[in-house]
Amino acid sequence: MKLPPFEYACPATINEAVALLAGHGGEAKPLAGGQSLMPMMAFRIAQPSLLVDLRKLPGLKEIKIGADGVRLGALVRWRDILDDKRLDAAHPLLKEAISHVAHYQIRNRGTVGGSCAHADPASEMPGIAQTCEATFSVIGKAGARTIKAADFFQGALTTALKPDEIVTEIHLPAWPAQRRYGFQEFARRRGDFAMAGIALYYDVEGGKAANAHIGVFGVGDCQRRLPKAEAALNGHTVDDALAVKVGEAAAAEVEPQEDIHASSAYRRALTGTLAERALKAAAAR
Amino acid sequence: MTTKFEVNGKQVSVDVEPRLTLADCLRHELRLTGTHIGCEHGVCGACTVLVDGEAVRSCLILAVQAEGSKITTVEGLSSDADLSPLQKSFRKHHALQCGFCTPGFITTAHALLTEEPDCDADRVREVLSGNICRCTGYIGIVEAVLDARAAYKK
Repeated sequence: MKLPPFEYACPATINEAVALLAGHGGEAKPLAGGQSLMPMMAFRIAQPSLLVDLRKLPGLKEIKIGADGVRLGALVRWRDILDDKRLDAAHPLLKEAISHVAHYQIRNRGTVGGSCAHADPASEMPGIAQTCEATFSVIGKAGARTIKAADFFQGALTTALKPDEIVTEIHLPAWPAQRRYGFQEFARRRGDFAMAGIALYYDVEGGKAANAHIGVFGVGDCQRRLPKAEAALNGHTVDDALAVKVGEAAAAEVEPQEDIHASSAYRRALTGTLAERALKAAAAR
Repeated sequence: MTTKFEVNGKQVSVDVEPRLTLADCLRHELRLTGTHIGCEHGVCGACTVLVDGEAVRSCLILAVQAEGSKITTVEGLSSDADLSPLQKSFRKHHALQCGFCTPGFITTAHALLTEEPDCDADRVREVLSGNICRCTGYIGIVEAVLDARAAYKK
């Protein structure tokens, strides 16, 4: 459907953008890549009275890599991540996950900040943010603040952002060179939303897995970590038998939804299988 | 809103409502009907155009967001005198039947081959997965794109 009518503004500074959002009492929406917002508006799921285009805001398009990890400006596109050779070492899990995001044309426009603010339960980036304990920098009328991923994502299409707040940066903690990781998702066709997905990593201490982080997306109404599956992994030598156990723990721990794409039982089984495969892939690296 | 951008090498200025997508602007304001509109929500790929050389879905961009950009539509990828190598390859490999999706495939494949003239069949399939064709079964399209690689190598 054609888009409903709205006003449009393209401010040059973050302060102007925040003032515009604050002045519209929750009826305004920031516009980044628009790859989720435009379809939402076409379907009338979203009907903002004002779109505040963020494209001219300075300093939000950079990928900064330092000793404390990776800092993604909110307007960094999927394509920018895939093109950045430094991330092969600085955050290989991020890079692998983003290679699964949507399609070629979407990856040329869609942004990390937009995806997280949109918070689709099946999206990869919120899954990585949860798994890796990312921190969101946001700015609004009341000033700047940071929000941990675990507090940022509150449910399907629901975040801790206030209507006048804009994500400015996503910080992923530093990635040790020896870290093992795996990423698996399943969709009927390449580029479609995942019916289930798993991102995981662990470090190896004395031949055993430590610091396990296992995140799930596409299952339930929010990306989240799976502490019981992580406990099943920590302190153990990773082999095929352990991968099966961790997969079983993951499957037992999720609360899958049922929809036209898959039954709840299917999603639960898929979660277990993907966790098992991701762990085997991590061990084989 | 008055919006200025470049289309196929020519500067244009349009006066449009903010809600007008770039796809509708190209078709209805600029009469460039080579860009086709299928789903209008970013699924089918028929409306793919190049913005500053990159393939994007023109139904998911507002015309006002294109301010200052260089747009290339399917009309800009050939001359009236002759078919482009990519077009010739589509013809040779029967990569189209009804032709509705073809502008989206041509623009997408052009962007891919310009950036990655050495891409393999897997990469072609992955990139074209964002475009839907209901006639051909895709085999001919993949072959046409692979066969056109030589023309893009420098």
